[in-house]
Amino acid sequence: MSDTADEERAASVTADDVRHVAELARVDLDEGEVDEFAAQFVDILEYFEALDEVPEVDTEDDLANVMRPDEVRDGLSQEEALSNATETEDGYFKGPRVS
Amino acid sequence: MADADLNVFVTEERIEGEDDGPLAGKTVAVKDNLSTEGVRTTCGSAMLDDYVPPYDATVVRRLKGAGATIVGKANMDEFGMGGTTETSAYGPTRNPVDPERVPGGSSGGSAAAVAAGEADLALGTDTGGSVRNPAAFCGVVGIKPTYGLVSRYGLVAYANSLEQVGPLAPTVEGAAALLDAVAGPDERDGTTRDPTEAVDDYPDGSYADAADGDVDGTTIGVVSDLVEGADEAVVGAFEDAIADLESQGAEVVDVSLESVEHAVQAYYVIAMSEASSNLARYDGVRYGKSGGYEGNWNDAFARAREEGFGPEVKRRILLGTYALSAGYHDKYYKKAQDARAWVKQDFDEALSEADVLATPTMPVLPPKVGDSLDDPLSLYLMDANTVPVNLANLPAISVPAGEAEGLPVGLQLVGPKFGEHDIVRVASAVEN
Repeated sequence: MSDTADEERAASVTADDVRHVAELARVDLDEGEVDEFAAQFVDILEYFEALDEVPEVDTEDDLANVMRPDEVRDGLSQEEALSNATETEDGYFKGPRVS
Repeated sequence: MADADLNVFVTEERIEGEDDGPLAGKTVAVKDNLSTEGVRTTCGSAMLDDYVPPYDATVVRRLKGAGATIVGKANMDEFGMGGTTETSAYGPTRNPVDPERVPGGSSGGSAAAVAAGEADLALGTDTGGSVRNPAAFCGVVGIKPTYGLVSRYGLVAYANSLEQVGPLAPTVEGAAALLDAVAGPDERDGTTRDPTEAVDDYPDGSYADAADGDVDGTTIGVVSDLVEGADEAVVGAFEDAIADLESQGAEVVDVSLESVEHAVQAYYVIAMSEASSNLARYDGVRYGKSGGYEGNWNDAFARAREEGFGPEVKRRILLGTYALSAGYHDKYYKKAQDARAWVKQDFDEALSEADVLATPTMPVLPPKVGDSLDDPLSLYLMDANTVPVNLANLPAISVPAGEAEGLPVGLQLVGPKFGEHDIVRVASAVEN
């Protein structure tokens, strides 16, 4: 692989790309993390490029029917379901206030 | 170094099981991503620092029913994402064999608990090697069961299509007996199968009974592609163990799996993609770190997730989101699924020529704590021999195969679908 190709790939993950994906994934990053991830993602995605060489494979999965009757049964109580929530109100989960 | 300094457990708490049962009198360490009713379950993450499950995982319920006493929740890489137990928010676990070294991961606390005698047995989980890797590095036995043999109900999900709960123990028979206790279909996990219905001629008898040390007439296929990439010291111990099996009457043949060259890439694309979806649930509202932010929901969640997740978890969520995003889905995710099908096909062919396949479990000896965290890609490459098995949904065991440079080396045996009896039998001969 030529140096030029390396440079093109290196340019293919920018700090803006990382910020965009982080926004899609709802994960804030500080600027240090953005730059570090951008550099690491170049290496990792370049390594993933080898998947291009994979041939198409015909698969015949042996599928089993795992459906069952939809019968009502006991689940968590409301109290149990709410027991790990930071904030609750009147038996409901309470999310951030929409400003 | 005192055992306490090994940092084996995130939470030390005794949970007594039934008075009687096949595991009565046995102590078990349970990986901290398996839900324990009333006992906090952190997944090695600050996100779940105070999460207390309101129910037991099926495997935990079965452990208690079998009479085992749970002695603690074992440390792990955060959400299972790592191979050294260094990404835990609760600090690294040390290898009991050499505390300067990592115990492997992600079930490092489970393996270290068994190796240090902190528990008789342990449960880990294996998404890409997370039971076998620490078993090899700590010199104990670990089994990754066939996908669908053990219930995942109550296992906090990382990559559903790849992961299985698996046992660790000082001996093959011990690990097999723990598998006997937790295996079997569960109506709460629709991916579990009854092995007697899933394959023809399923053997009678328990997995523990299969540990009879009799390898006479068994054909063992050595996967040359996965021996070549291993360190010289590891290969030496591996070859000695194979020669020993041959002297016990096993027939050894060489097999080659062309597809495994692409297994690590395929594994990481699939695991990261599934992780990006699974970990979307941590918004801090129903459980987990909330941060208490107000304003736009998405901004509040993104800030909570920045605080709750460590760097490796963020890295995998972001790369998984990238691999699934518009324009890249076909290039990464779809090709990874093709590679997965190819790996499965290759294993099926190889297992038509041999009863079980053998490789070194890990291509390297356990690294020193702090040596490998800086370069994520080099850590991923350490999984070369274990991830193909998860892609193929097959069972595998890691059994100690001597030492190199004073450190444990693991031998991995891979069997056909629901072929747990076969790998247990051959592994027990390695102990002879």
